[in-house]
Amino acid sequence: MLRYLIPLVLFLVLAVFLAIGLTRDPHELKSVLINKAAPEFRLPQLKAADKTISTGDMRGKVWLLNVWASWCVACRDEHPYLIEYAKSGVVPIYGLNYKDRREDALATLDELGDPYTVSAVDFDGRTGIDFGVYGAPETYVIDQGGTIRFKYVGPIMPDVWKEKILPVVQELNRQGAGK
Amino acid sequence: MSRLRLLALLLICLLAPFAKAQVQEEEVPSDDPVIEQRLTNLSKELRCLQCQNQTLADSPAGLAADLRREIRVQMKAGKSDQEIIAFLTQRYGQFILYRPRVTPLTYLLWFGPFVLLLGGLLILFRYIKQRRDQITEQPLTAEDRRRAEEMLASSRKETA
Repeated sequence: MLRYLIPLVLFLVLAVFLAIGLTRDPHELKSVLINKAAPEFRLPQLKAADKTISTGDMRGKVWLLNVWASWCVACRDEHPYLIEYAKSGVVPIYGLNYKDRREDALATLDELGDPYTVSAVDFDGRTGIDFGVYGAPETYVIDQGGTIRFKYVGPIMPDVWKEKILPVVQELNRQGAGK
Repeated sequence: MSRLRLLALLLICLLAPFAKAQVQEEEVPSDDPVIEQRLTNLSKELRCLQCQNQTLADSPAGLAADLRREIRVQMKAGKSDQEIIAFLTQRYGQFILYRPRVTPLTYLLWFGPFVLLLGGLLILFRYIKQRRDQITEQPLTAEDRRRAEEMLASSRKETA
């Protein structure tokens, strides 16, 4: 009896492992920058090219960094939601306009609206490398002290916002208020 | 191909430059052949994160080109291969290494196949041993012995 059961058990174990494997997205990589200081950047602003913005400017508050581009199709999916999130006033969203032409980026914001407090221009993708960006859209939650607390790759649809981003932001705000 | 399709294709080609595209600066190879050679060797060991089954050397993706450019810059600045690998893993994690490092996390990956092989051999030996034990020596009966000797005798006669 046992000799017939062993292959069956082996098969079931294999099947379970493969089934779990199917539900996982190999493109979702865990960022190594979680709980590390957000990389320092000083980049020109999208809407005011003569002004710059740097990581230090956001010190003291919780903020989101959203990597986006006009050529990025999935960014268009999340764009209307980003506007909603920004309007809610829970957390300011800063943009990192990644490897984009200025005129394309500005046209996109004109067309779809601008959820960003400020968008920084990462024309050659060098700042993207520092953040470990490998596909837009990507969104980072950065705390009051400039530490990356969470990263999400892919469009932030309302369920992701509610279940993943908001809890982190609220927790950080609570901790910050307690200090 | 029908004429209409050809026309559509032509139109697409003509309109392509107007599509919104990722800004991609043209890749300029370094004028230093040593750097280019080092880059070729190093980028074969690194994974392109956009198309994960390609190395940085093979990938046409924009990110791969950016990373190659960054590696050139760092090599020119005198960074060693080890320093560049450290730079990349600090940002993209161990996943960027095409050949995973031997760490407790990857022991299963590196040694798992050998463990399976050993396990298989063990089972095989035990199985063979069990089979061997099952074979019990059957002593010859007097009748068998007589027949065997008869056969031997007749074969000896033939060869003689």
